[in-house]
Amino acid sequence: MIEQDCKCGRPVSRRNALLKLGAGLNALAGLLIGVPVLGYVVSAFSKRSPQSWVSLSSLNRFPEGETRLAVFRNPVTKSWDGDTDEIPCWVRRVEAESFQVFAINCTHLGCPVRWFQQSRLFMCPCHGGVFYEDGSHASGPPPRGLFEYPHKVEGGELKILGGNLPTLSEPL
Amino acid sequence: MLRSVALWLEERLHLTKLFEATAGHKVPPSTNSWFYVFGSGTLLCFVLQIITGICLALVYVPSASEAWPSLQYLNHQQFLGAFLRAVHNWGSIFMVAIMSLHLVQTFLFGAYKYPRELTWVSGCVLFLCTLGMAFTGQVLRFDQDAYWGLGIGASIMGRVPFIGAQLVHLMLAGSIIAGATLSRFFTLHVFVVPGMIIALLSLHLRLVLTKGINEYPKPGYMVTKESYEKEYEETIKKTGVPFVPNVIGKDLIFSAFLVVAIVTCALVFGPAGPSGPPNPTLIHTAPKPDFYFLPVYAILALLPAYMETFLLLLAPVIGLAVLILLPFYSGTGEKSFRKRPVAVVVVMLAVLTAGILAYLGTFAPWSPHMDAWSGAPTPVTYVKGRTGLELQGALLIQGKQCRNCHSLGGVGGKRGPALDTVATRLTRDEMIRQVIQGSGNMPAYGKNLSPGEVTALVAFMETLRPSYQPPARDATESVRLVQADPPVRR
Repeated sequence: MIEQDCKCGRPVSRRNALLKLGAGLNALAGLLIGVPVLGYVVSAFSKRSPQSWVSLSSLNRFPEGETRLAVFRNPVTKSWDGDTDEIPCWVRRVEAESFQVFAINCTHLGCPVRWFQQSRLFMCPCHGGVFYEDGSHASGPPPRGLFEYPHKVEGGELKILGGNLPTLSEPL
Repeated sequence: MLRSVALWLEERLHLTKLFEATAGHKVPPSTNSWFYVFGSGTLLCFVLQIITGICLALVYVPSASEAWPSLQYLNHQQFLGAFLRAVHNWGSIFMVAIMSLHLVQTFLFGAYKYPRELTWVSGCVLFLCTLGMAFTGQVLRFDQDAYWGLGIGASIMGRVPFIGAQLVHLMLAGSIIAGATLSRFFTLHVFVVPGMIIALLSLHLRLVLTKGINEYPKPGYMVTKESYEKEYEETIKKTGVPFVPNVIGKDLIFSAFLVVAIVTCALVFGPAGPSGPPNPTLIHTAPKPDFYFLPVYAILALLPAYMETFLLLLAPVIGLAVLILLPFYSGTGEKSFRKRPVAVVVVMLAVLTAGILAYLGTFAPWSPHMDAWSGAPTPVTYVKGRTGLELQGALLIQGKQCRNCHSLGGVGGKRGPALDTVATRLTRDEMIRQVIQGSGNMPAYGKNLSPGEVTALVAFMETLRPSYQPPARDATESVRLVQADPPVRR
């Protein structure tokens, strides 16, 4: 059963052919499993969860000229998320219907900034970043001012576009 | 009877052959040294981590809503749960520490040189995997520090150009830190990274057997690709001794001490955390990493902002490349640290840098003390006998949170300079300018202080100097006086 392979001069035996066939079938089988597995694992790599408008609360919770902590439930949740869906943010009511809503995360490395009413400053506990009441950078290592949520006033309620942990490459 | 069982097993398993090829393989007698115990010490820590880790996994629930309560259960209700958590925590600290010693020892003894390049490379990757275990383990202790630690990780990822946002999503398994994030890190900590460690460790040990263990280097002996292996084989043939039982004694003693040390630390210091529950709305927290990442935490506060992203993303890559490729650009020649002063200096610098940064990281002088303004009273001596205006200023120093960054009497933040002797450094005008405009690391208070408040604040600060030191003086004052009162010309 040995024939001469004219291209490489090697004998084509039954065993040789079966080996090639086996390897080929296994490569195919590998792809059949490998592609779905890879797709499953890296699905988070490209998928961007939809952001949506969430209500913070009625306007009269926020006195004019003051900055208050507000909490909203992340628009996308799973039942095993525990408390991690409760996202805090700072709401500054400049006047009447003019608001600024800041993410809690420092723009340096994401630690939670705290508002100090008396000195009208946000301070970060991690590396000492400080921001003014309008969110602009005051001092310390942060590369920019606080992240601001897009917001709107609708039906007597303050609503923000939430659903994303803000980072420098995706600042809300 | 016993003998016949042993012989029966030997006939089937060829145990003698296996022993000769592994535990009983011949090594140079010079390796019977206390410097050669760190590798087996690291392995011991790893085995301890596996055993205690499996025990903890019997109880721990890897779910964002249940992880924290299950850790509380382990600490307070599970029989010996707190002890096992403590051993797992201290085991990890010792593993990183002993592994670092192993790295330094093999570096200083030239063990990475020809023909042991792959042993070195696999060891470096094992070191990285171990640090990966440390970080992911910290996340599994799903408390406040873990939650905000993930935020820091995501923020670093977010600085990567072009694919930053995607990397953040990949790391968090979604758009926010939540249940899916914890599942991801649980998988990494329990399946993926340990699997990689076991695979790499097999390679690492296989290489120790095939290429032999590095002999204790003699100063002046040069490694060359032509002669080294032949000479090593000759040494083994002439003077080689079996690792078991001739050399393993010191490893055994060190390992036993290591276990005692880990258990002692576990009993004395107990388990780590968990700190507060992972609830993002509890923002009164100052997240801090475990000790292995304190140098990173410190350097992130101290780097100038303009080079931060560059150093954060590129420096680790360059550093790792230099480390991993070491045997490929310095693979032959002198091995002994006695003749390699640069190597010794590099180790000293690295240890000093990491040590000082970790030391700074433990008390973080760059962080404002968030409660100092309301919790740390003004020292009595600074308010005694002051005028009403000055006392008003003292109140403002507290009330406007100045103390969060400036200390008085040694209490308060260290971000800005202590104010105890500020009047010896700044004149009245300079103080006013500094308060209103800020500069460097100080925010401007111009909008938040009325002119009257500034006057009071500065009046108080002008009293802050020891009685034996004169106040700061404006050097241009004398010149201005002369100009204001010019000599009369005739």
